Amino acid sequence: MNRHGTPGTSGAESTALEVRGLSVELRTPGGPVPVVRDVGFSVGAGQTLALLGESGCGKSMTAQAVAGLLDPVAEVVGGQVLLGGRDVLRLGPRERRGLAGPELAMVFQDALTALNPVHTVGSQLAEPFRIHERASRGAARERAVELMERVGIPEPGLRFRSYPHQFSGGMRQRLLIAMAVALRPSVLLADEPTTALDVTVQAQIMELLAELRRETRMALVLITHDLAVVAEQADQVAVMYSGTVVESGPVAEVFAAPRHPYTRGLLDSVPAGHARGTVLPSIEGAPPRPTAVPAGCAFRTRCPLARERCATHEPPLSATGPGRASACHYWKELADA
Amino acid sequence: MLTFLGRRILSSAIPLLVVVLGVFFLARLTGDPANLYLPLSATQEMRDAFSAKHGFDDPLPAQFAEYLSQVARLDFGESLRTAQPAAEAVLRAFPATLQLAGITMLLAVAGAVVVGSLAARRPNSPADRIAGFLSSASASTPDFWFAIMGVLVFAVTLGWLPTSGTVGSAAWVLPVATLLIRPFGVLVQVVRGAMVTALSEPYIKVARAKGAGERRVLFRHALRNAGAPTLTVAGDLAVGLVNGAVVVETIFGWPGIGKLMIDSILQRDFAVLQAAVLLTSLTIFALNILIDICYALLDPRVRQGAMA
Repeated sequence: MNRHGTPGTSGAESTALEVRGLSVELRTPGGPVPVVRDVGFSVGAGQTLALLGESGCGKSMTAQAVAGLLDPVAEVVGGQVLLGGRDVLRLGPRERRGLAGPELAMVFQDALTALNPVHTVGSQLAEPFRIHERASRGAARERAVELMERVGIPEPGLRFRSYPHQFSGGMRQRLLIAMAVALRPSVLLADEPTTALDVTVQAQIMELLAELRRETRMALVLITHDLAVVAEQADQVAVMYSGTVVESGPVAEVFAAPRHPYTRGLLDSVPAGHARGTVLPSIEGAPPRPTAVPAGCAFRTRCPLARERCATHEPPLSATGPGRASACHYWKELADA
Repeated sequence: MLTFLGRRILSSAIPLLVVVLGVFFLARLTGDPANLYLPLSATQEMRDAFSAKHGFDDPLPAQFAEYLSQVARLDFGESLRTAQPAAEAVLRAFPATLQLAGITMLLAVAGAVVVGSLAARRPNSPADRIAGFLSSASASTPDFWFAIMGVLVFAVTLGWLPTSGTVGSAAWVLPVATLLIRPFGVLVQVVRGAMVTALSEPYIKVARAKGAGERRVLFRHALRNAGAPTLTVAGDLAVGLVNGAVVVETIFGWPGIGKLMIDSILQRDFAVLQAAVLLTSLTIFALNILIDICYALLDPRVRQGAMA
């Protein structure tokens, strides 16, 4: 049994980020509500790990907890976030800020609201250099223009003085990515970086992220609900359901032969591969609210394999093979089917 | 930007005309100046002669037309009381009011930005609750009551401060404090609210993700975004200060335009009253234009809209 199992890293790569047993609670008037429960994963340098799940499954909350950007109502109540072997959860706020940018960076979903509307994009891009390298205005400006050029902003010298509202959605996302990779972080967390964009722009942004990852050998944690993005971009996947990881492993293997009924349900509900005119299968019911997670296995109320034991014993995430893990008592039935 | 300003000035001209019209006719409803300036025993002939001399016997519309044509020539008439040009009296009183209002507004905005920002940092924290309580109390204290209590306690009983006048910096304390309490209380709440909103925006998280420290997050990223609502309310309050000067200047014997207005109403000194109101209105319109310019300076999106 490997409750704090950290599937994800393929042996040869050095681990850039390892999360162990991470738990987050929301403080509410009705008492603390667990929203991230005992989540573990790891990513190697130059690798991409996808955190896959529906809205509300805790994937964004996990990323924000890792980056130390949780809202004041949310609180990390347990676990470790190891960055280069150091547990960042034990660092003070000043030391943590020192890592934000050079070691760990984050790209957010909605690039319009993620850029400050009253400052020029140039000054926002120059900020990492100003904060962490105490660069002069001129030097920071030069670096910012280079960055804009690198992420494909046309005429960066001119556009430096423009404001966020003068850019298209795709360009804004490029700027946001530029800001995140400015100091060549070893880990980049990307929270639904393409959700707000047109499909064609989505592909360009994903391509840019992949290029930057190869160039700088940073580890990329891609938070998404898009199965196609996971299949194309990620090396490893951790599937989240109701605040916890229910299955993890190499993307190709997990998608080819899922070992958790939730993963299976997700893959079955993709339109491709179903004949026209047949009813598209979907997972019955809705994910439980964080305040009313069923006892035992959180997925049992929607699970075709559920039986008595699922109501009493919460299945731990356990190794099911090399690099793979599942949190289902009966995963073998899926594997055999 | 210029057409934007031109449009603003043009659209301000009409309300200005309405104000002038209102003051002119309302002032003449307060009574006949002859009753005040002539002895009770004055004969009807003497009264008629007084009215004829100052033009009060013309029909009101004719008086108004005459007044407008004088104003157009920048002639604001003479004070009945002192026979000085009204414009001179008004311009002499105005700086005292401007200084008082300016210092008050500066202190109110600066204080509110600091207290409001600190309160917004952690909503519902003890600091936030204390700031909330103090600002509500401050915003709801009647200024005339505060002024009278201030005079009683600090001037009469303790003798620390003068009861009135403008001599020495101590004389400024009570008038400024009286004018300050309400704008300060209101502005703390506005700044706090706007900062709470700004601090919950995604760009704040992005700034933190870049390793920005608390001060940088508060004052560089959030405060400017909280500027627009603060500016709106501060502008309103500043207008209120120019008007509210009437009460404070009367209580503290401050030789400003508010006291001048009250005195000229009591003495039916129409020319001075009209000049004072006209100048106050012009100040308020200038203030509004200034606020619009500040909006544009704060927010590039407004700037672009104004250029278009």
